[in-house]
Amino acid sequence: MSKKENKNESGSAESAGECTAGDTKDDKGLGLGVIFFILAFVICFLSGTLLFPKLLYSKKEQPFNFNHELHVGETGDCESCHAIREDGSFNGIPKLAKCQECHTETPLGETEDEAVFTEMYVAKEKEVPWYVYSRQPDCVFFSHAAHTKTEGMDCVTCHGPIGTSTNLKPYEENRITGYSREIWGQNIWGIKKHSWDRMKMDDCAECHKKETGHQGYCFQCHK
Amino acid sequence: MKVDRRSFLGLGLGAVAGFSVSPVLLKLTDDSSIWTQNWPWTPVPVDGEVSYENSVCSLCPGSCGISVRKIDDRPVKIEGLDEYPINNGGACLHGISGLQYLYDPARVKSPLKKNGDKFEEISWDDAISVIAGKLNDIRTAGSPEKFVCIADKDRGSVPELFKRFLKTFGSSNFYTMPGFESYLKLTAEAMHGKGMTIGFDLENSDFVLSFGAGIIEGWGSPVSCFKANASRKEREAKLYQIEPRLSNTAAGADKWLPIKPGTEADLALGICSFILKHNLYAATAAVRFKGGLNKFAAQLQNDYSLSKTSEITGIKESEIEEIATLFAKAKMPIAVFGKGKGDASQSLKEFIAVQTLNCLMDNINKKGGVFIQPVKTYLEFPEETLDDVAKEGNEKPRLGQYVHDLFEKINTSSQPVVDTLFVYQSNPCYALHDTKTIKQAVGKIPFVVSFSSFLDETAKEADIILPVHTFIERLEDVPSGAGLSKTVVGLSKPVVKPVFNTKLPGDILLLLAKALDGTVAENFAWESYDECLETVAKNIWDSLFQDGYAILEEGVPEESVEVNVAFLTGNPSSIQATGDGELMLIPIDNMRLPSAAPAASPFSIKTVSDEVLKGRDTVVEINPKTAKGLKNYDYVALTTPVGTAKVMIHLNEGIMPGVVGMVKGLGHSFDNKYVSNKGVNINELIGPVIEPGSGLDAAFGVKAKISKA
Repeated sequence: MSKKENKNESGSAESAGECTAGDTKDDKGLGLGVIFFILAFVICFLSGTLLFPKLLYSKKEQPFNFNHELHVGETGDCESCHAIREDGSFNGIPKLAKCQECHTETPLGETEDEAVFTEMYVAKEKEVPWYVYSRQPDCVFFSHAAHTKTEGMDCVTCHGPIGTSTNLKPYEENRITGYSREIWGQNIWGIKKHSWDRMKMDDCAECHKKETGHQGYCFQCHK
Repeated sequence: MKVDRRSFLGLGLGAVAGFSVSPVLLKLTDDSSIWTQNWPWTPVPVDGEVSYENSVCSLCPGSCGISVRKIDDRPVKIEGLDEYPINNGGACLHGISGLQYLYDPARVKSPLKKNGDKFEEISWDDAISVIAGKLNDIRTAGSPEKFVCIADKDRGSVPELFKRFLKTFGSSNFYTMPGFESYLKLTAEAMHGKGMTIGFDLENSDFVLSFGAGIIEGWGSPVSCFKANASRKEREAKLYQIEPRLSNTAAGADKWLPIKPGTEADLALGICSFILKHNLYAATAAVRFKGGLNKFAAQLQNDYSLSKTSEITGIKESEIEEIATLFAKAKMPIAVFGKGKGDASQSLKEFIAVQTLNCLMDNINKKGGVFIQPVKTYLEFPEETLDDVAKEGNEKPRLGQYVHDLFEKINTSSQPVVDTLFVYQSNPCYALHDTKTIKQAVGKIPFVVSFSSFLDETAKEADIILPVHTFIERLEDVPSGAGLSKTVVGLSKPVVKPVFNTKLPGDILLLLAKALDGTVAENFAWESYDECLETVAKNIWDSLFQDGYAILEEGVPEESVEVNVAFLTGNPSSIQATGDGELMLIPIDNMRLPSAAPAASPFSIKTVSDEVLKGRDTVVEINPKTAKGLKNYDYVALTTPVGTAKVMIHLNEGIMPGVVGMVKGLGHSFDNKYVSNKGVNINELIGPVIEPGSGLDAAFGVKAKISKA
């Protein structure tokens, strides 16, 4: 046996001895590692679930509050203001001119919001810069006429019972995409309880699958 | 317990695992995919209500109906208007890109006054006050005839208001830029009587003999001509195109006959001669000719035998014979004149010679022929009230017959002959021949006022610029012309609020008139141009306002007209090109490039091919036989008696040997990064050549030399 081999054998024996001696230490290290793992896991999981949405979305206030319930009561329906135009396109949030059919520079009510509206917008002939909760990316085509007129869907199916609300909820803007939180939904997991909780492509596809038997093709919405 | 490497590993793994099972990764993946599909810096059209407004395009004499698509108040697209009597839904590239003129970088955004070499913004009140002051000084000095106006056209309420302004001021010096409409009137007046004009029923003709008319290059009313040309095959109509170059029109014709530049009139007379000699003319034609046909026929037999015509024009005798026979035997032949777009320098002799062919076939006022009828008037202005200054001024002779005479007079007179010049919607410093001398003449005029939407070459020379609305912002009547077989007046309506601090030209004149001494103001008693238009166009206003147009004349006219060929029997000499070069430089009209004001839009100049404009260089066409070793895109110096330019060469077998073709519409030099400093303005290389008898600038080209640069 050469010196080298002896050395190797001896070295192996030493290593084995150290390993045996160190097993106790390793167990302790592993225990600490597991504790750190669990700690980091819990902190990161909770951060990702609770803190992350607060960082992702910035809250913005609408120019003034709008009472849908009051207006639906006065006008009778959603279509009085949110109408489908002659060419089949949807007018979305009505322009100032539509509001001016009823609102003049003399406030119709006594609320602070009415005063802001008449002074800041009606008197100055300035459009109200509403934040739109349901605005979809520009690469998405959606026909309100096809859904509500042809298929008779209710506004509530996608937009929820907004017609009975008295206050506008704060607008939460996704800092990355610039779109409203309402598109993904309030639940950060994307879990929904109602059909109006989310407005993602999967939600369109789900409804299409259910109603038509097919989830639809790309070009139907992405022109 | 010791914190070691494994503890940190546990910490890291825990963090990764924690985030992995949290919604962070899922949500960030979704958000980043949305972000990458909607880059925040990509402009997104603003959404809004779609509406359409009908109007009329006045970018060229075509006068097409347009439909402007708007999103809320913003116009976003121009399309041809369906069922409009001229273009029936069609549109050209200039019309559809017309919205770019609204935001053109060269737009004049407010009134400007020259201070040294720079323009300064001034208020409308100050601008009107300064101009009125100058004009009042001229009247006080007793020389109102020294007030001159150049406009783009002479029909319509705005040109009429300019004429009225001059007349009540005391000047008869109203000039228009050369245009096809004025050539048609000139030809009709020379042959058929005063106040007449000519229209061509191309869409019903079965044989079109075109003497260089660029039927799909912007001749006449372009979209109407496109449609007539497009239906040619199904109508089994023939088109024979005579010109020195294989233009797009020639390429689509049944036959292209290359002809020596400037000899079109000789060919037309040669064909007349053949038709007369062989009694191929219509039996009913002879009675129309004033003084009969015998003398005229004898003169032609002497001057234009087949062999002589062939020698002059370079077209074979057999081909002349073939054209003459086919033309004479067609059911409804029509001969059309006006080289290129028909709007630049043209020869009256050529027009009359070609029109004589029509008269010989007696296709006058017949379906598919030539419509000759009085110019329809539809505006009724109140009688002018002239004070003594105005009366005296109007009795003084005009400074010249045509606009080029005016500039020549200014340049050659030792005394100032013009004190104040108004330039309305035209660009003589770019569009007239020998631009250097035109600029020199404009520079000699003490006070120049430009009514322009753009700071173009002529506006740059002005002392004051009064910015006018673009065609999409203005209310105005737009009468058709340009050789159409019908007369339609369209109403240009403001489809968008003025983008800048501009005004209607009519309103500016009203403001100016009210600030002048004498009886000028009382001749402009309207509150606004809107009121003026409604009043003077009252006979057609209802139709104009409700339908957007009024048809003044449609169908075959019933007039019986005489034919007078005195101009030809006077034996006018043919135009010769100036210079001693071995080559002949001729202008090429290209549908994609406007040759007059306004300049091309950014869109239209981008559609020009590399064989016309390569980078910033004009590409001229020469036949490979003329090239003498030159290759495609070699640089050459092109020299004429008027100027020199560095251009590129494109070898083209579709141009006659010995001829150099250069496109018109390039070489602008004003502040517009999309259009200017691209290529050469051919008008810097060609000088005017005055036609004896008519006084027109009839330069069809210029002798040139090329040498490798």
